[in-house]
Amino acid sequence: MNGAHDMGGMHGFGPVQDEPESDRFHGEWERRAFALTLACGGLGQWSIDQARYARELQPPPQYLTNTYYEQWLHGLETLLVDRGLVTAEELQTGKPAGPPPAGIKALPAAQVVKALQQGSPYTRPVDHPPGFAVGDRVRVRCDHPLSHTRAPRYVRGRTGTVALYHGGHVFADTSARGERGIADHLYNVAFDSTELWGIQSQPGAVHLDLWEPYLEPA
Amino acid sequence: MAGPHDHDHHHDHDHEHPRLSELQLRVKALESLLVEKGLVDPAALDEFIDIYETKVGPRNGARVVARAWTDPAFLDWLRRDASAAIKSFGFEGRQGEHMVVVENTETVHNLVVCTLCSCYPWPVLGLPPVWYKSAPYRSRAVIDPRGVLADFGTALPENVEIRVWDSTAELRYLVLPRRPAGTEGLSEDELADLVTRNAMIGVEVVAASESLQ
Repeated sequence: MNGAHDMGGMHGFGPVQDEPESDRFHGEWERRAFALTLACGGLGQWSIDQARYARELQPPPQYLTNTYYEQWLHGLETLLVDRGLVTAEELQTGKPAGPPPAGIKALPAAQVVKALQQGSPYTRPVDHPPGFAVGDRVRVRCDHPLSHTRAPRYVRGRTGTVALYHGGHVFADTSARGERGIADHLYNVAFDSTELWGIQSQPGAVHLDLWEPYLEPA
Repeated sequence: MAGPHDHDHHHDHDHEHPRLSELQLRVKALESLLVEKGLVDPAALDEFIDIYETKVGPRNGARVVARAWTDPAFLDWLRRDASAAIKSFGFEGRQGEHMVVVENTETVHNLVVCTLCSCYPWPVLGLPPVWYKSAPYRSRAVIDPRGVLADFGTALPENVEIRVWDSTAELRYLVLPRRPAGTEGLSEDELADLVTRNAMIGVEVVAASESLQ
């Protein structure tokens, strides 16, 4: 979707302000919002792409004025309600209005380290051969879906060169709809800065990881 | 939201930060609800926070860089299979399942961004700084990389090509900075001390320590 999250190439947000390496969280609520998001992710009820989409669906004025962990908090509350794990009323009161959902168990503290070490590998076999090879010229399809996609606006319709082939990876667009088993070929595509930014370009290139369904031969 | 008041407020000046106060209450209510419903183990929350506040951070990545600077066989492994080479340190898992290392040279400088959200190689760099997740960086890194570098006081020669890596899938990118001149006599640990988080994102270069200059 063409939401406020798709920021590449926008102007007007001002300079980047560095912060010390030792800064991790800014306030106790950020620690808790972070940990709640990871703990609830451990319930296995949604994919990383569904989590991203829940944040992207916020109206642009809200997205642009939230701090980072407010995006996470909004996404977490949305997903919990969507999956029927809590109700909107329970979020308001902070008190359970009914029994806990059957068959869903909290991730125990003793399994946290293991869960993080395992992560979620995204490589999968694909049932058709790759359509492109390193060195091929490819164009990003001009597609503006209302649903989740990982092809940013600034490369749509632009032509680049396949720089790396990453193998089959879970396809973000279908994963955001809850279909977590669908994979497609993933390529790293290099776009010359001139192709993307024309008169304002600086010498160099921008590389993006793009799935085969985003691409057509150029 | 960042500020000097990184502690709980038990007295009446919360009215100066109504939004912060509202957020604190909202998160507390959510946590108690989820714990009561059996969806969250409160001890697991403390474990997540402890890991990313005290254990996993950019010193991990600095060790990888220092090894690559001193051990050609490791550098070769990093180029061929970064995930496996990095895993040999025990750095693996969430948000670092599929790693790619991009090398700076005399003529190429790499910069990593996630324009769409906040993708970042957690096992080697820890959680991203606020600026990495914020609109100024996400918007400008791809269209004005030299301007972003200038915000960090970094100026590169005109002939250096800048490659920006926008993390749009589940690959995670780590910049291998150039080893500074005059560091030939340093040990791997001493080299790791020179490597900054910002250099491994690509907004800075690694400088030799002041005692060497």
